[in-house]
Amino acid sequence: MPPCKADTFIWTRKDLVGLDELSADEIVHILDTAESFKEVSTRSIKKVPALRGKVVALMFFEDSTRTRMSFELAASRLSADTLLFTSKGSSVAKGETTLDTIRNIEAMGVDIFVIRHKQSGAPHMLARNIPGSIVNAGDGQHEHPTQALLDIFTIRQRLGRIAGLKVAIVGDIAHSRVARSNILGLRKLGAEVVVVGPPTLVPNAITPMGCEVCHSLEDVLGEVDVINMLRIQFERFSSNLFPSVREYQKIFGMNAERLKRCRKDVLIMHPGPINRGVELTSDVADGPNSCILQQVTNGLAVRMAVLYLVSQGSK
Amino acid sequence: MNDILIVNGRVIDPACGRDEVADVAIAKGRVAKVGKVRAKAKRTIDAAGRIVCPGLIDLHTHCREPGHEEEETIASAAATAVAGGFATICAMPNTHPPMDDETAVNYVHQRAAEADLARVLPVGCITKGREGKELAEMGLMLEAGAVAFTDDGDGIASALIMQRALQYARMLNVPLLQHCQDPELMGGVMNSGAVAVRLGLGGIAAAGEQIMLRRDLELVERTGARYHVMHVSSAGSVKLIRQAKAAGLNVTAEATPHHLLLTDAACMSFDPNYKVNPPLRSADDVEALRAGVADGTIDCLATDHAPHSKEEKELEFGLAPFGIVSLDCALGLYAKALIAPGLMDWPALLAKLTANPAALIDRLDALGTLAAGSEADVTVIDPKARWTVNVNKSPSRSRNCPYDGWKLKGRAVTTIVGGKIKYEHQTARRGT
Repeated sequence: MPPCKADTFIWTRKDLVGLDELSADEIVHILDTAESFKEVSTRSIKKVPALRGKVVALMFFEDSTRTRMSFELAASRLSADTLLFTSKGSSVAKGETTLDTIRNIEAMGVDIFVIRHKQSGAPHMLARNIPGSIVNAGDGQHEHPTQALLDIFTIRQRLGRIAGLKVAIVGDIAHSRVARSNILGLRKLGAEVVVVGPPTLVPNAITPMGCEVCHSLEDVLGEVDVINMLRIQFERFSSNLFPSVREYQKIFGMNAERLKRCRKDVLIMHPGPINRGVELTSDVADGPNSCILQQVTNGLAVRMAVLYLVSQGSK
Repeated sequence: MNDILIVNGRVIDPACGRDEVADVAIAKGRVAKVGKVRAKAKRTIDAAGRIVCPGLIDLHTHCREPGHEEEETIASAAATAVAGGFATICAMPNTHPPMDDETAVNYVHQRAAEADLARVLPVGCITKGREGKELAEMGLMLEAGAVAFTDDGDGIASALIMQRALQYARMLNVPLLQHCQDPELMGGVMNSGAVAVRLGLGGIAAAGEQIMLRRDLELVERTGARYHVMHVSSAGSVKLIRQAKAAGLNVTAEATPHHLLLTDAACMSFDPNYKVNPPLRSADDVEALRAGVADGTIDCLATDHAPHSKEEKELEFGLAPFGIVSLDCALGLYAKALIAPGLMDWPALLAKLTANPAALIDRLDALGTLAAGSEADVTVIDPKARWTVNVNKSPSRSRNCPYDGWKLKGRAVTTIVGGKIKYEHQTARRGT
């Protein structure tokens, strides 16, 4: 199977619950493994037998489209059999606990569980109780490790390095698992991170994670290499965390005017789905600085790498 | 002839200002004499090297009965109590249905009498159904034997209702026990701060405790009622209580073992056994609480023993219920938090488990003291015993104990209630 670049490194984890637990070496190892899987998607037969005979259950207790499809495609490219679970119409609606649901499905002989859950820490609870592999596909407001890995993978691809870069993450940091995993991963690999947004969405207590806090997008534009614009969830507006979408867009939205004040090669990212005209205008989203679709493409390779690695792990 | 004679122990009776090696004679369910006793007894307990003190009182126990007998019953709570050296526990009223009338109060008496282990003193609701809207019949519950009133689990959100409750409690001369937490600021599941942000869990700010406390202190000043702050969790609250006492307000307070020993960093594991309300806070808060206990700002130590089933505590952190059990290991925990670091000695610590809580609930005439004629509730403590908490050996029906496996120093070895030995640790059998 894929020859690892860092061939002295031995992956041991059976779970990927977050980037908080990983060392810089482990993160680099995932990225390097993803690099070698990237080529598979360019073949005419886009499949390798790495997980043949293994079963990957995609347990989506919370809605998702792209992450689910990305994991599903990643699993099939590795030749695994996949099971899809969504909480709508399932026994979860009948009051079954998450642990019972997973135990029941594990009894069918599942090797890897990919978990999306609205409760922070759900994958950690499962990893403690389930012998099979647990891969976190987003838990509450805590972590979304594969999203951060694909973001970092994309930055590395476009800018050639991570260490020494300065990355701005803009938006609802307080409620964002994408932000947390990005901060953790980027810091471990030596990047600087500044989080930007109004104080109701950007708590000062996030600074111990190793990032700066700034409440002005204007102030950071000229000094960053990457701007990662997070999706604004409209229910935050109704709970009075900011006064209006219009005002938000005016103060924290990315547009052509602001792009002019950035470094020429600044990388514009967004984890999707985009609210066009809110977080960023279409000309920016579709312009040359944007790598939004590249992120999606890379997500596949990163998730193949993660599924492959955890299947080799033992602890 | 005496029924029980406890000889050669270090008798610590803060209510009487006693700390000396002496004998304690018990006859007909009462303390007969403390001093040098020559008379014989049916049972003699050699307490050399041990502490003999009034039976410990826990002001804050959730017995879960009626409503959640799978988690705890009055009998199992009482058994857990005596195993921890507690002769008396005060049963919280957030049962199902809530304990808000004299029938419910009588039910506690009846179940406690059937169990015949620890004394179980009922605490009634302040408002009907714990809904915070209409006053419960505090007068009738008081007549039936309730010792205090609280809506614990929630604070009284309405300033108007709280003012009326305090006015009424002033007439009855009973203490109101408040769970200080502004409901609008109760949006989370753990302490707000860097750990909650890192874990993506909603935070509960100390400000929510302090805001209600500040409001209540204003009302206490106006009404002159007796007011007790339950499970103080923040440095800010300690400061407010200290100021209120200096200003002469009728305020008392309690601290729990978990707020004296654990911080929110414990939640990093997403283990719901660390999920408790008020939440575990910062190391600075722990330090301020310990200082507050040591300097007398906090009068009582209370467990807030809150049993929950394994199924519920196996849920995700955000979905699991709040609560920690500690009734049977609390004494060792208090010693670890306060005596081991040199903040307090045993007499000062035991005052907060005997005389102070007894005075708070107006029972110092009978409980929390070894004065001749008082109820023969006596706890014998081995202050040097080293032991390991084993949650599976607890008489409690629940296992939500974050101290499992902890090594502690100091434990109750004998618990006597009303002149009868209700608990003896295996190491206690010395004497005849």
